[in-house]
Amino acid sequence: MHLPKHFTKVLVISLVLLCICLLASLVLGSRLVILDDLIAGLFYPEIESYEASVVRERIPRTVFSLFCGAALGISGALMQSVTRNPIADPSILGVNTGAALFVVCGIAFLNISTAAQYIWLAIAGAMITAIFVYGIGSMGRAGATPLKLVLAGAATSAALSSLVSAIMLSRSYVMDQFRFWQVGSVGSANWSDILTFLPFLVIGIGLAIMSASALNALALGDEVAIGQGVRTGTLRIVAAFAGVILCGAATALAGPIAFVGLLATHVMRLLLGPDLRFVIPMSAISGAIILTISDVSGRLIGSPGELEAGVVTAFIGAPLLIVLAIKMKVRSL
Amino acid sequence: MNNTNLITVIKDGRRQRRRRWIIVNALLVVIACILCVAMLMLGSTIYPVQDVIRSLMGESHNGVSFAVNTIRLPRMVAGLFAGLAFGIAGNTFQTMLRNPLANPDILGITAGSSVAALFCILILHTSNIAVSIASVVAGLITAVLIFIFSKGKTFSVGRLILVGIGMQAMLSALISYLLMVGAQEDIPTALRWLSGSLNGAQLPTLLPLIITVLLCAPIVIVLGKHLSILELGEQSATSLGLNTNMTRLLLILSSVFMIAIATSATGPIAFVAFLSGPIAKRLVGVGYSNVIPAGLVGVNLVLAADLIGQFAFEVRYPVGIITGLLGAPYLLYLLIRMNRKGSL
Amino acid sequence: MKLTHQFQTEEIVAGYDNKTILHGLNVDIPSNRINVIIGANACGKSTLLKTMARLIKPLSGKVILDGKSIDKIPPKQLARVLGILPQSPIVPEGISVTDLVGRGRYPHQSLFSGWTKKDYKAVAEAMEIMNITELANRNIDELSGGQRQRVWIAMALTQQTDILFLDEPTTFLDIAYQVEILDLLTDLNRKYGTTIVMVLHDINLSARYADHIFALRKGKLIAEGEPSKVITSKLVKEVFGLDCTVIADPISQSPLVIPKGRYHGHKDSNR
Repeated sequence: MHLPKHFTKVLVISLVLLCICLLASLVLGSRLVILDDLIAGLFYPEIESYEASVVRERIPRTVFSLFCGAALGISGALMQSVTRNPIADPSILGVNTGAALFVVCGIAFLNISTAAQYIWLAIAGAMITAIFVYGIGSMGRAGATPLKLVLAGAATSAALSSLVSAIMLSRSYVMDQFRFWQVGSVGSANWSDILTFLPFLVIGIGLAIMSASALNALALGDEVAIGQGVRTGTLRIVAAFAGVILCGAATALAGPIAFVGLLATHVMRLLLGPDLRFVIPMSAISGAIILTISDVSGRLIGSPGELEAGVVTAFIGAPLLIVLAIKMKVRSL
Repeated sequence: MNNTNLITVIKDGRRQRRRRWIIVNALLVVIACILCVAMLMLGSTIYPVQDVIRSLMGESHNGVSFAVNTIRLPRMVAGLFAGLAFGIAGNTFQTMLRNPLANPDILGITAGSSVAALFCILILHTSNIAVSIASVVAGLITAVLIFIFSKGKTFSVGRLILVGIGMQAMLSALISYLLMVGAQEDIPTALRWLSGSLNGAQLPTLLPLIITVLLCAPIVIVLGKHLSILELGEQSATSLGLNTNMTRLLLILSSVFMIAIATSATGPIAFVAFLSGPIAKRLVGVGYSNVIPAGLVGVNLVLAADLIGQFAFEVRYPVGIITGLLGAPYLLYLLIRMNRKGSL
Repeated sequence: MKLTHQFQTEEIVAGYDNKTILHGLNVDIPSNRINVIIGANACGKSTLLKTMARLIKPLSGKVILDGKSIDKIPPKQLARVLGILPQSPIVPEGISVTDLVGRGRYPHQSLFSGWTKKDYKAVAEAMEIMNITELANRNIDELSGGQRQRVWIAMALTQQTDILFLDEPTTFLDIAYQVEILDLLTDLNRKYGTTIVMVLHDINLSARYADHIFALRKGKLIAEGEPSKVITSKLVKEVFGLDCTVIADPISQSPLVIPKGRYHGHKDSNR
């Protein structure tokens, strides 16, 4: 396998950054923890200082934000390659809103409240929306151009969110649950959430890595891919499925977190070039870094309360979308 | 076909289009009047027309005047002017950018106004006037930013839409955040406002909206002729001697003003800005100014949706929910049609 | 008969972003003639046309109409003298032929005025010249490419300008339609004396229909004049980088460019 130019360098730096993020997420926050307490909190369960318990409470949050970021990063990379479209991201394609609608319906009509139940609904919602949006976006002559996909996503999003508000407005208990969910935060994660999430993450990543080299062929166009012996139909289904369960599961637990997929993939593409066999797995790492940094900086900026990670990522990611739109050639819109 | 014959054919065509235009507008006005009267008559108690007229004239008896003058009249006026504002402004954007999807809702201009208004309601607890001013300023800033960013090497509507969607995403994150930090007791108000509602409208606070619409709508109506030239594209419009930049600036300013003020008064009533133009065009056909019919369709949409929201269900829904539910399928239908035709 | 105008460019430099495409061009357009600009792809012919028709502002230099720089002339007044048919004009959905053609009257109308007899006459006349009277009440969407192009030219005609710019009016059309459009434009020039300035891709059609040819290479004017004088095998080599033989067109006696290529006719040339 021919390694991209800076692969080792990028890998090492990413891993170092990942560790720093991990530490920062444990240490930083509205209450700053010093090293002794960190060690006490991590390795000496018998010590019961306040700081140590703060650290212990931050562990699941940190783990979750790493996992969730990885899932969103890979999901973004997959959606971009399946749609052959540089600005595909679960949030832009309206998949998040689809998940949200199903979750709200679940809260309102099925009385559900646990993460395990959310997850299936969110995945179902995400999947149906993804198929729908892609279906609309790829109609017509030029196939799924970025503009068409994004518009289909935005339109579907708008349509679904009016349904969401219609359901919510007459039910204040739904509104209370939903408003904390919809802002997109990793703050309330606990170990059982993480355990629920884990199988989806593993399956999703596995499928993503398996389809990476075929996706490389797809990047050259359907005709070329078929010429190289790729079953494009099956490949699309598998890769999209992986992308949807990753983002659906993450959305179910954390709420809609926008743009991590877009950011993570573009950073890695920029550093490593177009080879998806490297971009896809590395997007997991960059996604984890981005989400964790967002979470930590949200805690610092919003102190003494916190600014949710979803808000932070939207603020980093939306400008990137705008920059991409500016750079894009008019023809390829 | 000789010359005079041909001139008759052309004249007939124009006359037919104009006749259709007049009939459609007249019908829309009649329906709007009926809806207005219905808005005044209907409520928890239904008053006959005579009572309504009497109380509007200033005679007060049996509490009719309170219900009609203080609650139902402002609600009706709010719907009327917001409908006009959303309809006309939405149509202006759609025609100017030659894309029904390029409307203030999707471009994020409404979201910009919403953020400012929500910030005033939830965090600053300011007066209504401050809410209006803030949302106008925010709406204008958003519009200006979107246009600056989308200028690029060559102007393209596609890029404008993408940039708008990016702005939209950022602004909705802010809205979510504001809803998070808002005090529990303010949230229902904020949400109701966010979904667009005519509830609690009062005549004095509607004044900015009324004045803005009375000032800006005529500008857009007069410029309607230019708009139909602008529709032919930048190059043809320049060739025909239209000062495109000036026209565009005037149209955008008036439209953004109307959108922002209407948004601050009633909240972003979903899809009215988006639906009015295409529906009006369906009704009057191509070839005659679409500005007035679009405004009238907007009025009818808002008033009808508000009546449905008030009386059709057990729960009272704000008008924006109804327009949203009605508009969403149409939006998708339009998108599908545009994609099929390859006009995107 | 249309008026005679002095129309020239003075040292115009034009381009997009940081890329300069035209490097100080001086062009003098002969009035009441058919002028054709030729050149290889990306030589700046379309940019020149657009700059002259004020669709692009030159970075420096001036476009001068009757001794006055065109950016000093009020746009509507200018629009009564020079019109342009862009390469890919935009069609509003569902618009009818007469309606579209009628929009060309815009520079002759004020903000509040209705339609006058003159407006109707202009539309009817333009439709007759372009031979589209039968299409009057049809929708543009239903028309063929050739018909559409005639409708667009008709719209430019209702503007009743003395000078008409056309950016590749025959692209995407079958050869029969190309000839038809060029014939119609020639009618226009011969009957009314309209000055026509156009960019054409096909050098042989250019040679046949043009009264005056401008040959551009890399943003510079390298030859101009009557086709029979300008179009030589040396010039074609210089402008297009093509080895060719130029013979006389058996029908019009205008120059006809025959490309050599590497595979054919070597025996003949050896003889």
